[in-house]
Amino acid sequence: MSSAKSFVIDPLLDDNPISLQVLGICSALAVTTKLETSLVMSIAVLAVLTLSNLSISLIRNLIPSSIRIIVQLTIIASLVIVTDQILKAYMFEVSKQLSVFVGLIITNCIIMGRAEAFAMQNGPWASILDGIGNGLGYSLVLIFVGFFRELFGSGKLLGVSILTPITEGGWYTPNGLMVLAPGAFFLIGIFIWMNRVWKPEQIEAE
Amino acid sequence: MESYLSLATKAIFVENMALAYFLGMCSFLAVSKKVTTAVGLGSAVVFVLAVTCPLNNLVYNLLLKEGALSWTGVEALASLDLSFLNFLALIGTIAALVQIVEMFLDKYMPALYAALGIFLPLIAVNCAILGASLFMVERDYGFVESTVFGIGSGIGWLLAVVALAAIREKMRYSSVPGPLRGLGITFIVTGLMAIGFMAFAGISL
Amino acid sequence: MERSTNYILVFATAVCFVCSIFVSGAAVALKDKQDLNKKVDMQKKVLLVAGVISGSDGVEDSEIPRIFEERIDARVINLKTGEESKTDPSTFDQLKASKDPATSIAVSSSGAMAAGVKRIPNEAIVYISKKDQRLIFPIEGKGLWSTLYGFLAVKSDLNTVEGIIFYQHGETPGLGGEIENPRWTGLWPGKQIFDAKGMTAIKVIKGQAKAGDPHEIDGLSGATITGRGVSHLVQYWMGDECFGPYLKSRSTTKMGMNIGGAR
Repeated sequence: MSSAKSFVIDPLLDDNPISLQVLGICSALAVTTKLETSLVMSIAVLAVLTLSNLSISLIRNLIPSSIRIIVQLTIIASLVIVTDQILKAYMFEVSKQLSVFVGLIITNCIIMGRAEAFAMQNGPWASILDGIGNGLGYSLVLIFVGFFRELFGSGKLLGVSILTPITEGGWYTPNGLMVLAPGAFFLIGIFIWMNRVWKPEQIEAE
Repeated sequence: MESYLSLATKAIFVENMALAYFLGMCSFLAVSKKVTTAVGLGSAVVFVLAVTCPLNNLVYNLLLKEGALSWTGVEALASLDLSFLNFLALIGTIAALVQIVEMFLDKYMPALYAALGIFLPLIAVNCAILGASLFMVERDYGFVESTVFGIGSGIGWLLAVVALAAIREKMRYSSVPGPLRGLGITFIVTGLMAIGFMAFAGISL
Repeated sequence: MERSTNYILVFATAVCFVCSIFVSGAAVALKDKQDLNKKVDMQKKVLLVAGVISGSDGVEDSEIPRIFEERIDARVINLKTGEESKTDPSTFDQLKASKDPATSIAVSSSGAMAAGVKRIPNEAIVYISKKDQRLIFPIEGKGLWSTLYGFLAVKSDLNTVEGIIFYQHGETPGLGGEIENPRWTGLWPGKQIFDAKGMTAIKVIKGQAKAGDPHEIDGLSGATITGRGVSHLVQYWMGDECFGPYLKSRSTTKMGMNIGGAR
């Protein structure tokens, strides 16, 4: 089914939530200091996005318009809290690193944005696919940024030293800029640049 | 008094919500095309923060945290720890307040309501608002401290978004390469602004 | 379509109800496992800093409670008098005690302010490693962005550091976050906390410490303020307002032994 594929593939580069829709930026900056946290965050957002799209789509005809936003928020918030609880119980070390930012998945505009723009108007199956697609698009950017930030910022990937830093007796002076948030801004800017060179239709008008 | 002043200054400059903690980025980047809309949204954010921070402080201290319900006098409730409902309750107050502000503006200040348009409901999902409340809980602020913190954080965010809008308006006269135009260069500029704001880190008042 | 007010109310209530059951159910079902995780994490950190286990041992988390039980003694002590109190250490929650006005006091001395500590509990927990009588003290204070929580392990001479470890903080990874780097914490063992006069002298300096200096520890580049925070909090908790009286009381019960200039 080609439209099923397009739901999942489009948000990777044609309609990327971060680089085109301008959604989900905050977490892309905050958790990408290490590749490990980027991966965990990506999986968490993917899971919550898919589940929230599904739940909201299932009851989309029942939700009264005037309390629509609050209902969506409540469902999203509940899913996030349960995810946080599961992380604290089964992946404690990782949950400590994600701390405040797990809560910020609730306000992650991608989840609310897709709920409003898609799940409210489409059936459950399409919504699931849309959730997966946007989750993957988000993960793509996060992994890109996390990869370079950890590699150049501390010489490691997933905790394994690739460019042995001086603090561990090696030669590499870690690039402090990459570890701090401005590094993430620059990397996302570069990602957008690359994205739009490849897909010129996204270039903004003068 | 002194500590309130230092708290406010920290919230505006040293721990700027947008440029030090990178909260509220989505609307920060989307709304900063023109200075006038930036001022409008920033002011709305200041107002919402100034009200939700102390309000959530009450909600947390009187309802949610461990032992908070002891004022009811009901024994069974007194030792309850409802802090796992933090996110839900905090964002509930925020969404409710934004809804009320929307209705108020619609009735009494329709011109401003029309000017803000879609950005008013977008404040409900502005991570800076929830983030401020979460910080307030984590740092265990009192009621007045929460108010000062809320107003300060809002002003900080307002300053940042207006500054970015001013820069973007000027950049329309520069020749930016096509693929970098608009969003791409905005990210890079914001990164540079963030570096600038790091000059404030470590100022202890 | 326009919905009647009744419908809206019923719907809203139903959503709240379903979501609360879902969330509360998860919270209650997982609470025990989460509490266990937190406890095991603390115990592991105590064992690490006391030198009972080392990071490269690869000890399973499931072993930790047993090892802790065998090798560590926990005592609750009254900070002011330095004497052991009758409070049961296994149910004592120091974090809670510091916040409750009934079991804590507000502090505002220059040492407290430097460390960013606003309240201290009346009683605090101390861990003692059974084999060699090393003392492990919980310490906390302000770094640059967050409160740092850790343990300081002191050898039985009551002055030489056995180790330091931070188990909770929100400092920038790669900068202040390097307080977790074993290469930095590895600089602490052997340093002396107190000088000949019995004053707290240990500190993290900017740059490299003089070779052989018993009190100075290399600073973390790019993290001067975090380093300063660590100095202040260690000095505060080892000082007269906190564990100082306890250290004094232990040294007098050591039959007049006075090793290395300790009180």
